[in-house]
Amino acid sequence: MGPVHKILTANRLRDGEVVYWASGRWVTDLADGEVFAQDEPAQEALKAAGRAVEDRIVVNPYLFEIRYVEGRVRPVEERELIRAAGPTIRRDVGKQARHVPV
Amino acid sequence: MYRYDEFDARFVAERVAQFRYQVERRLSGELTEDEFKPLRLMNGLYLQLHAYMLRIAVPYGTLSPKQLRMLAHIARKYDKGYGHFTTRQNMQFNWIKLVDVPDALADLASVEMHCIQTSGNCIRNVTADHYAGAAKDEIEDPRVLGEIIRQWSSLHPEFSFLPRKFKIAVSGSAGDRAAVKFHDMGVEAVRNDEDQIGYRVYAGGGMGRTPYLGYVVGDFVPRQDLLSFLEAVMRVYNQSGRRDNLWKARIKILAHALGPEEMRNQVAREFEEIKRFGSLYLSRDEVARIARYFAPPAFETLEDDPSELAAARQTNRSFDDWCKTNLAPHRASGYTIATVSLKPIGGVPGDISHEQLDGLAALLDEFGISEIRVSHEQNAVLPHVKQKDLPVIFARLQALGLATPNAGLVTDIIACPGLDYCDLANARSVPIAQRISERFADLGRQHDIGELKIKISGCINACGHHHAGHIGILGVDKKGVEYYQLQLGGSGAEDASIGAILGPAFGEHEIVDAVESVIEVYLERREKNERFLDTVRRVGLQPFKERAYATH
Repeated sequence: MGPVHKILTANRLRDGEVVYWASGRWVTDLADGEVFAQDEPAQEALKAAGRAVEDRIVVNPYLFEIRYVEGRVRPVEERELIRAAGPTIRRDVGKQARHVPV
Repeated sequence: MYRYDEFDARFVAERVAQFRYQVERRLSGELTEDEFKPLRLMNGLYLQLHAYMLRIAVPYGTLSPKQLRMLAHIARKYDKGYGHFTTRQNMQFNWIKLVDVPDALADLASVEMHCIQTSGNCIRNVTADHYAGAAKDEIEDPRVLGEIIRQWSSLHPEFSFLPRKFKIAVSGSAGDRAAVKFHDMGVEAVRNDEDQIGYRVYAGGGMGRTPYLGYVVGDFVPRQDLLSFLEAVMRVYNQSGRRDNLWKARIKILAHALGPEEMRNQVAREFEEIKRFGSLYLSRDEVARIARYFAPPAFETLEDDPSELAAARQTNRSFDDWCKTNLAPHRASGYTIATVSLKPIGGVPGDISHEQLDGLAALLDEFGISEIRVSHEQNAVLPHVKQKDLPVIFARLQALGLATPNAGLVTDIIACPGLDYCDLANARSVPIAQRISERFADLGRQHDIGELKIKISGCINACGHHHAGHIGILGVDKKGVEYYQLQLGGSGAEDASIGAILGPAFGEHEIVDAVESVIEVYLERREKNERFLDTVRRVGLQPFKERAYATH
């Protein structure tokens, strides 16, 4: 297994959609999220996300762990896999319904 | 069913307007998330894994066709076409946008529905026996009291900031279908030797991290004093409940720390105090006024077991199978209570599509059934069905995909939304329910096993009632990986008990085999007419443990 990196996530205030930090923007697909190999820039991004909370763009920002599996970002925990894709019991809803590979 | 008067309608409309303004202020930045969160929770709005979740109150689980159609409309317009019935008889939508919630609430208000007190540290939506008004063993319709308690407790200023949430269930029968002993407070109608009706009141029950059965705090509370008595219990809790520790804040912790004797003394003292300084006397007229809303329909004079029913059962095997498990005795001859299973084999327990909601509304209208019930077991119930109508009703349900013949059987599984949706969950619960359901899909095998209640929770909060399952399954997280603890011997019925943990948790790919192996032990060891639960109680855990861990 490869090393553990981090991605910054939150929920969008207006609709609750799961979003990921990507160099100052919020994107909806995990694959587009910015991967932090180092702790310092991750913490900086988290601080910047605090400002996005104040600006009413997102709520509840936090960092979570990922690994690269076969060249693709894969969350370490089931919870983040499910947030990134949608419910495992309804493949027709959530981000996975838009055919986003996780 | 209860109809809003002018006051109720204004009260709910004002609440919608208030929340619309609160959402505006949140979006404009006037309110921070910390300020807004308690306000949205008071309106049943949670933020879950994928989106906001709106929990709609279904008081005592009763819905009219108009309300069913409105839920279908909400599912279509604001969600992704489906909703989920919960173990507290409510409905949840999983994909709501914050900006849409005020409009959704306004739509709900137009059919006398709301989300008030479906969250927060208040008296939550009151639940009741889903066979209310129809059950053969009923002493009185528990919804009358349920409605009185709802009106008394709605935004009650003294009970809006309790140490923790507070759940009340009401039963009007000797057979407990409302799990009264597992509630913070349970109310059960009883008849004394003089044939008068009064109420046995339980307090201190609950599931969660520390499960307890409630004990009796009032043996026979007269109807006119009931609200005063409930208020006395609430006051003891509000005064002495553990506000210092979230995990010890429910009344069950207080009740079991004090013990029954001291708890009863304190309640009795408060009760006397309340009576001395202006009690909440529940007048006969007021009870009669509310009871009129729940008057049973005018039952026709009909014979039990009409010939058309027998003929259909003989010629249609599927229908006969459905009749074996999904019907319950009705108080009026020629009528029956029919369970509409929301547990298709391999399906999601409690989920219902907008087409099915509309279809059920049309079915109710077609057969002159004024309401449907939601059960805490996540099924729907048709309370007053003419037996002669059953073959056609069954055909209609089949067309809607709602005719699974499994009420009370091994595939009629309760499961919380779990990690597929819920922010609090540690593990998924629905996929486990689906796999168990698929493993036991064979109906002959299900009938052979007989009554068996499997209940699955995705975390220690126990929304899936695993403590009360004949077989209970609790999902736990071990370093980001899902594991499942097995419990045996719980019951949420009149013979209530808390299940005992069998041993170390099983992996995701082991748990279904473990369930199958304990069921095999039951089949080998059962005595005549013994249910799974009875065998567990008679032989103890050991034989089940040996088998379940034999290959583990």
